[in-house]
Amino acid sequence: MPTFVYMTRCDGCGHCVDICPSDIMHIDTTYRRAYNIEPNMCWECYSCVKACPQNAIDCRGYADFAPLGHSVRVLREEAKGTISWKIKFRNGNEKNFVSPIRTTPWGSIKSPADYEAPSQEAMKSQELAHEPDALNIDKLPALTPDQLKQGVV
Amino acid sequence: MGLFTRKKTVFVESDILVIGGGMAGCGATYESRYWGRDLKVVCVEKANIERSGAVAQGLYAINCYMGMQWDENQPEDHVRYARNDLMGLVREDLGYDIARHVDSTVHKFEEWGLPIMKDPETGRYLREGKWQIMIHGESYKPIVAEAARKAATEIYNRIMVTHLLMDKTKPNRVAGAVGFNVRNGNFYVFRSKAVIVSAGGASHIFKPRAVGEGMGRTWYAPWSSASAYALPILAGAKMTQMENRIVLTRFKDGYGPVGAYFLHLKTYTENAYGEEYESKWYDHTKELVGDYVDRHPVPTCLRNHALLEEVKAGRGPIRMVTKEAFQDPHNETVGWENFLGMTIGQAVVWASQNIDPKHTNPELTTSEPYVMGSHATCSGAWASGPADYAPSEYQWGYNRMMTVDGLFGAGDTIGGTAHKFSSGSFAEGRIAGKAAVNYVNDLGSDQPQVSEGEYEDLKKVVFQPLETYQVGRNEIVAGTVSPSYMLPISGLQRLEKIMDEYVGGISSLYTTNEPLLTRGLELLSMLKEDLDHLGAEDLHQLQRAWELHHRVLASEAVTQHTMFRTETRWPGYYYRADHPKLDDTDWHCFTLSRYDRDSGTWEMEKAPVYHIVD
Repeated sequence: MPTFVYMTRCDGCGHCVDICPSDIMHIDTTYRRAYNIEPNMCWECYSCVKACPQNAIDCRGYADFAPLGHSVRVLREEAKGTISWKIKFRNGNEKNFVSPIRTTPWGSIKSPADYEAPSQEAMKSQELAHEPDALNIDKLPALTPDQLKQGVV
Repeated sequence: MGLFTRKKTVFVESDILVIGGGMAGCGATYESRYWGRDLKVVCVEKANIERSGAVAQGLYAINCYMGMQWDENQPEDHVRYARNDLMGLVREDLGYDIARHVDSTVHKFEEWGLPIMKDPETGRYLREGKWQIMIHGESYKPIVAEAARKAATEIYNRIMVTHLLMDKTKPNRVAGAVGFNVRNGNFYVFRSKAVIVSAGGASHIFKPRAVGEGMGRTWYAPWSSASAYALPILAGAKMTQMENRIVLTRFKDGYGPVGAYFLHLKTYTENAYGEEYESKWYDHTKELVGDYVDRHPVPTCLRNHALLEEVKAGRGPIRMVTKEAFQDPHNETVGWENFLGMTIGQAVVWASQNIDPKHTNPELTTSEPYVMGSHATCSGAWASGPADYAPSEYQWGYNRMMTVDGLFGAGDTIGGTAHKFSSGSFAEGRIAGKAAVNYVNDLGSDQPQVSEGEYEDLKKVVFQPLETYQVGRNEIVAGTVSPSYMLPISGLQRLEKIMDEYVGGISSLYTTNEPLLTRGLELLSMLKEDLDHLGAEDLHQLQRAWELHHRVLASEAVTQHTMFRTETRWPGYYYRADHPKLDDTDWHCFTLSRYDRDSGTWEMEKAPVYHIVD
């Protein structure tokens, strides 16, 4: 397919339409449910699968090189900060993996405007926001133009 | 008045317009706000910045981190590394600049909540290799997008930017951009004092190995549609090293990454008969490129070259020897999570083909070529360097400003700066953001003016494919074949075939020559003419039509540059069969091009390479 949508699970909420980086998850006007309108432009990135509140979207590997009978399922839990995977091989073997996805609460990043405003002097320096502090070294490294040379080195 | 020019026009005013909300665009947005507290910072993205760009799917490693706090590497070391890997030719001033700012970038990512793995003994970031650190990066993009959303005045998702707008008072100055909303079809006119192009590089300009349902399983994302190049090219910006396309050695079919396998899991390659093969091709490669083959690490293109020669000699497939490493359960977990974190499709392929690397050594292959500026390659726009040390020939204005006033770039857009990857692209976005704030502050009353005539003309051009389809579709009974229009997918497949057969794609084992390139240019020019006859059934197809426009223009640049450089600088990426050797006498230089959009012609020139570290 690669991604496809189960008819009985999809409620047409459109989360997948909103998130798909390739713009290929659309709502079918007759059934009022989502489907993949352009499977050959699908990267199998699973953005839609992860975003679906109904777990209605799955992936069937590209049929032109992936034999049938496999599955790679995912559950992304933002509140728990984890992602869980279940891989099923064509021969029935299974593997399971769980990884963290974030160490801070969602929405907790501070706006750059909430830091003290930079000085005029800093505006003209080579330092970027939060430097040199965020470098964890004393000062920003620099070169001088007299080091320039041409030719093969 | 065309059928679709009655669509509503929405005007957006900004001081800084960031085009493309991937890693570089999020960095540019964040930094623009930090330095420009009162400025209007707008980020426009054709998808949704929560999951857009090359990092949409996540990453399992950050491939550019110095570790200056632990004295692991210094920026000079990274310049040497990138220079060696790109066979001597990188913008060392720009590369050094990224390297000196990348650590603070990564430290902010960690503070924001990105899980970075730690070495249990030292407490430092866990190294995958000399430059790479390992992360649990499933939510890398959502985290970075959150920072950009906090910073931007406005984010516009689902708007495909098609063209830049030029200032009507000064011809070589940018004044904004136009595009359309992929959901409701509104036409957008962005008026801006400065523009930062941080769009994506190019997949799908060369025919991919997978051509059916799996056509989307390219190494670089299918939504990387060369806007990084087409937008500046159309505005008359100079481009550099566009011939320097990249070919990746990856796991077969899924293009799953090999970095962690080589560097962390210590797996290695062998031919079909279990033999090491790279050393066999040493003398042969030395004849082609001289001492470059002795550099450490061996340049990426030369490792590709050895693999290709071994396959040509009939001893393929090449396999990754994983069976030993995967006996360790920790290694097995790393190996699988590596795919699940950034190339899930490879896990799907292995599950479907019953490939368990604990029991089977999986096949490797070389990908179709890609054009981009952030991996082991450096195509992109020619940009002004940092004020404190860049040579005068590389400095004509603000840092990361292109040869068009007010037009900045970062990430895949900027040429000459290989090996920046995700973190370096974000850092480069930050550099461009700060420079753009200074540019805007210095403008004073000399503000760029948008021409109503220009955007009204573009409005007609942008929606033309919808009209062409609407008018022509009743001429035929049904189906996709029309004498009056061509669908975007057909144009894309024609482009991929031309590039593949004439400009060094997979079917010729990356080989081309002057007669092939000449014919390729003829066919590309016909394709360019035919783009006026694209038909789009709906707004989604209209997006595809404009992605194709961008890909075709970038492809023409690639072909012109490939023609100009009469040597084979990067065997393993591509071969000029009529000039099979590396030639440092004539070609230890950058190639530059400038496109004239009125005449459709390209001017080529050479630019010197300055080395700033030994």
